[in-house]
Formats: sequence, C-alpha cells, structure tokens
Amino acid sequence: MTLASPRDFEPESLQPQGWLRYLSFSLDHKVIGIQYLVCGFLFYLIGGALAGVIRTELASPISNFVSRETYNQVLTLHGTIMIFLWIVPVVNGAFGNYLIPFYVGARDMAFPRLNAVAFWLIPPAGILLISSYFIAGGAAQSGWTAYPPLSISTPAIGQVIWILSVLLLGGSSIFGGINFIATILKLRRPGLKMMQLPMYCWAMLGTSILVVLSTPVLAGTLILLSFDIIAHTGFFNPTLGGNVVVYQHLFWFYSHPAVYIMVLPAFGLVSEILPVHARKPLFGYTTMVYSILGIVVLGLIVWAHHMFTSGTPPWMRLFFTIATSFIAVPTGIKFFNWLATLWGGKIALNSAMLFACAFIVNFVFGGITGVALAQVPFDIHVHDTYFVVAHFHYIVYGGTVFVIFSAVYHWFPKFTGRMLNEHLGRLHFLLTFIGFNLCFAPQHWLGLNGMPRRVAEYDPQFAFWNQVSSVGALLMAISTLPFLVNVVVSALRGQPAGDNPWKALTPEWLTSSPPPVENWLGEAPLVEHPYGYGTEQGRLDLEATTGQEIWSGSRR
Amino acid sequence: MTSLAPSTDVGATIEAAPHGSGAGEGHGDYRLFGLATFLVADGMTFAGFFAAYLTFRAVNPLPAGSTYELELLLPTINTVLLLISSFTFHRAGRNLLAGARSASRNWLLATIALGVLFLAGQMVEYFHLPFGLTSNLFASTFYALTGFHGLHVTLGVICMLLVWWQSREGGRITTANPFGLEATELYWHFVDGIWVVLFGILYLL
Repeated sequence: MTLASPRDFEPESLQPQGWLRYLSFSLDHKVIGIQYLVCGFLFYLIGGALAGVIRTELASPISNFVSRETYNQVLTLHGTIMIFLWIVPVVNGAFGNYLIPFYVGARDMAFPRLNAVAFWLIPPAGILLISSYFIAGGAAQSGWTAYPPLSISTPAIGQVIWILSVLLLGGSSIFGGINFIATILKLRRPGLKMMQLPMYCWAMLGTSILVVLSTPVLAGTLILLSFDIIAHTGFFNPTLGGNVVVYQHLFWFYSHPAVYIMVLPAFGLVSEILPVHARKPLFGYTTMVYSILGIVVLGLIVWAHHMFTSGTPPWMRLFFTIATSFIAVPTGIKFFNWLATLWGGKIALNSAMLFACAFIVNFVFGGITGVALAQVPFDIHVHDTYFVVAHFHYIVYGGTVFVIFSAVYHWFPKFTGRMLNEHLGRLHFLLTFIGFNLCFAPQHWLGLNGMPRRVAEYDPQFAFWNQVSSVGALLMAISTLPFLVNVVVSALRGQPAGDNPWKALTPEWLTSSPPPVENWLGEAPLVEHPYGYGTEQGRLDLEATTGQEIWSGSRR
Repeated sequence: MTSLAPSTDVGATIEAAPHGSGAGEGHGDYRLFGLATFLVADGMTFAGFFAAYLTFRAVNPLPAGSTYELELLLPTINTVLLLISSFTFHRAGRNLLAGARSASRNWLLATIALGVLFLAGQMVEYFHLPFGLTSNLFASTFYALTGFHGLHVTLGVICMLLVWWQSREGGRITTANPFGLEATELYWHFVDGIWVVLFGILYLL
C-alpha cells in the first residue's frame, strides 16, 4: 500500500511552476484554492474602498461627497462585490478547494477541469461588473437585491451587465457545488466513514446542497428580469400586468440560503480551528452534523421573512416567523458545542484563535438580532432601516469575514511553509475588532430610531452615531494594512513553520508544508479521529482537558 | 456537457496513475454523478419558472380578451414524439452496451429525427399562436418556459449529433467507453421529463 515504484511521468512538469502557476489554468486544487483566496481578497479591497466611499458620504447628513446616483452605484457595487466576489468564493472556493481533498483523503477534486473553469469565471465576471461603473449611465443602482420596478427603471445597461456578471458568478458557484458534493460523497479514501470526516466537509456538503438547489432559481429569475429590461416583457413590471412580489419570492429563495452559503462554511472552518488551538476534541460531533443538515433544510424554507412588508398574507407571515425562529435551535446547538469545545481547553490565544473567538461573540449578537428580525411586528418597524444593515454585517463580517481572517492565520503555514507574524496579527485583530464594533453597533440604534438604509442623506439627528460609525470604518480600513504587510512579508521572509506548527491532527497537516502536488508522497493517511486531542489517540495534552488550566495555554 | 468530462486531461491521468494508496485506484468515473447533480440544479431553474408561472396564474388576472386556452393537437403530438424519443434513446444505449454499435447508431439517428421533429413542431406552433412575447403576462411566461425548454432540446440534439459522430467506427464512444452516450441519454430523459410537467401545467391546466 505504499508508493514503491517510480512514477511513469512527473505530473509537475506538465504545468507551470513557481508563481506563474497561479496565473495558469492549473488543475491542482491547492493552486485553485489560492487563486480563489487571492482573487477574492483583491475584490475585498475594492469592495472595502467602496464601503469607505459610503461611510465618507454618510459622515455628514447632506449628500456632499458623491452625487446621489453615484452613491447608489457604489452601494450596489459594494454589496455585489462583497457577497459574490469575496465572501462566497473565498469561504467556499478558496478553503473548500484547498482543504476538502485533504479531508477526504484524495489527491484532487472529483472534476479538476471543471474546478478550474469555476474559478476562471470569476475574474472576468468581476472585471465586467466593476467596469460597468465607467460606462455611460454607470453601474447598476438598484442594490444587490435588484428589486423591480427599481431595477427596470434605472439605467438599463449597467443593470444588464450586473445581471450578466451575477449569472457568471452563479454558474461558477454551481460548478463548485457540484464538485464539492461529488468529492465529499464519492472521493473518500477507502475506510474513511462519513461520520469521521472533519466538520468542514459536512459544512461544505450542506453548503453545496444549498448552492445546487437555490442558485439556479436566482439565475432563472435574473434571466426573466433581463427580459423585462431588454425585451420589455412584463414578468415583474406591474404596469404591464406583472408581479413584483414574485420576483422577491424567487430572489429570496436563493438569497436567504445565500446567507447560509456564506456562513455555514465559516461554521465549518471555526470547527476546525477551535479544537486545534484549544487542544480538545470538537464537542458534540454528531449534533454538529445534524445541526448543519437542519440548517440546510430550514434555510430553504424561511425566505419570505425578508418580505414581511411586501403584503404577505398572514398565514405566510406565521409560517415564516416560526420556521425562522427554529433556525436558532441548530445554530444554538453549534454555539454551545463551540463553547464546550473551549471549556477547560488549553487555549492558545494566538491571532487565529482571537479571530475565531471574536467570531463567536459577533455571531451570537448577529444571531440574536436575527431572531428579533424574524418577529413580524419588530420586523415591520425596522424593515429597510440601518438595523437590518447592522444585523447583516454582524453576520457576514463579524461572522464570516472574521473566520476568513482566522483561517488565513491558521492555514497560512500550510499554504506557504512560513508563519505569519504574531504581533502584526494581534494588531490586525485589535483594530478589526474595535473598528468593526464601532462601525456597526451604532447602526442598531440608528435603525431602531428610523434611519432608512440605502439613502445618501439622513436626518441631522443621526449625525453623531453616523460619524462614530464612519470612524469605525476608518479603523477597519487601517486594520487591513498590518494584515497586508504581514501576509506579503511573511510569505517571502517569514519564520519557517515546519510541517505541522499547530500539532494538528486533521489530514492536511500530516504532509509537508506546502504540500506536494499530489498532497502526500505516499498513501493518504486514514484519519479516523480528526479531533483526537487529549485522548488516547496520540496522547496529546491529556492533562489539558481537566479544566484546571483554563487560559493558561497562552503561555504555552 | 463534455466540459464535465475530464477524461483524458492531466487531472484524470494523475488520478488514474497507480498510487498504491487505494484512493487513486478507486477514482472511478463520477462524471455521470456530476451530471446528475447538475441536472438537479437545472431542474431547480425550471422549478423556479414553474413556480413563477403558477403564481402569476393564481394572482395576476389576464387582461380582457386574452385566454389561457391553447391549441392542443400539435403539442400533444410533440409530447408523444418526445416520449417515443426517450424510448429510442434507451434502445440506443442498450444496444451500445450490448456491443451492437451499428444498431445503436440507428436508434440514435431515430432519436435525433424525433428531436428535430419536436423542434419543428414547436416552431410551427410559435408561428400560429395568436400572441407574441410581450402580448400579456401569460404570453411572456409561455414563451419563456417553452423557449427555455426548446433551448434544452436544441442542446440535446447537438449533443446527440456529436455522440452519433463519435460512436462511428474508430470513434471515442465505444461499448467500453459509453460515457458520452450515457450522459446525453440521462440529459435527454431529463429534458423529456421536464416537458411532461411543462405540458401538464401550461397546456392542460
């Protein structure tokens, strides 16, 4: 069962080497994962700059920084870029492609070529979207939701380019989802059971099911919307006998699951990171798995809670309120499992762990406001206000983006063979955590007091907290600098990490850093206990689980 | 559909190489599984269209003078043609697996003919309809649904032509390597099944 004979050919020689391979149509899942990550981060910088424009405009009650039309375009581009070009590709495509083949004990994804196609759809789609800003009429102005009749009545070319771009990105997402499902279900190494897989595999399986079931509905809807814009049909145009609410239903049938597409993989990544740095097994593996599956099922049947003000009939409100509230149950199970994983652990409070723990704090807060928003009377009060903006950003930034940073600190040694600088990492964390909360916490208050979202101007009584929010945004922008410096310098001259600096047990660490082209030189290891810390298996830190050394791990 | 098929590319070759790990040797052919997953996604697009159409019908009244009634004869013939074509495609597949390449290609040719007939029937129907794309909501939905399905049929016919060419003497598709034909067959049955639902809710309802 070992690799005894020399290979007939060297696959390395068939593809570009060095940094050039990251610009090539590489079929190596690790290269594709890094491509997703770096490409996504570049779009994050652009989306962040757009957020900077928004917060600068909102630093004063009057519209004095950019024109109102430009503000609308910036707002739309910010939302679309952050969701479709940063979070979804990175938290699914980047880490999924890099980690899933390791976790299932395979040498690549099930469909390597489809995988490369899925990635290479993204840069053209992103460039297309951003370039629409520079054409006559400008980019789309109707927000990332593109609700008609607004999306039908704003300048058409920008909107059509937006649709085209989102269709390309949706296609990329679907191809990726198919690949993950096939890889996780079919490509597992012999002897590896589903219930032995690292949790991120389950998260990606659930996410990919959501992608495959819901993304095509968005695609179909946007095609109908493009007919309304280009061919002047009346699907969603009330003046031609159409129905705007149908658009909302179809849109949210994708876009609510999209929240889980953005956050379930983050749940999975956190479930990988916490046990390693707490030196304890992941608490409640089985309940974690069923929680993920529960979230997948519930996530598909709660979409209309975005539409409580759209004239939904009472029975529908009742159903969607109850179903949405129920999501708190599996999510809550996961939270208590993470807390129980940390409890009594030998915690190393490094940058990865700081971001992961901050994720728990932020996401609980976003989750609580989420349950509040599911209640019809409350939702009607705060609908389309900054309360929703605050809630959403606590979920996708405080939740997912914090996890992305945590995951970069955790897996950077695997990607490059070098450690990130811990001091810069903590500075990055501190600035991000303070900046994020300063930016978005006040928006709850603003929303509760009636400040509408997506408007360039506001009542002067809201000026102070908007300025606080803008200061927070500035801190977030500054926080990116230590991260960028850290990543670039460490990749070139960082301290060598060795193969397994965290002494982790999941399969990606049981090979060299960075790994060879086919992941392992010999056979893939059979990892039956990916979280066997402090147990018989390996006898790692057995004492750490007694509960007497809480927090002492940082001096480890 | 061939983009789903990394049959001779580097990735597949790497996987097919003897690793001795068991994992490499076990990398079977998951392309049909991948295609089936894709068809689930494709089916969801149709499901979205169907849901939109049914909601439109339930809540958006047609303008005066318009009707949901459609001429039934031609679409019914078309439905029968498509159902027969699924059968003939099935025969083509069975024959190829049994080694009867020539019979397989003939059955495939019959399927192609039925597919083209279906498309021709669809065109004739389009030309004789009393409404155009933008006449009313029902008309728009009708063209969107049948047009999207017709695109699928067209793609299916193109794929069948490719398969027919590739299954010639010395072609890539053989009894030992029937993927191209099996994939197209799966896809064709899917398109056929979608039509049955579409016919039910668009013409009969």
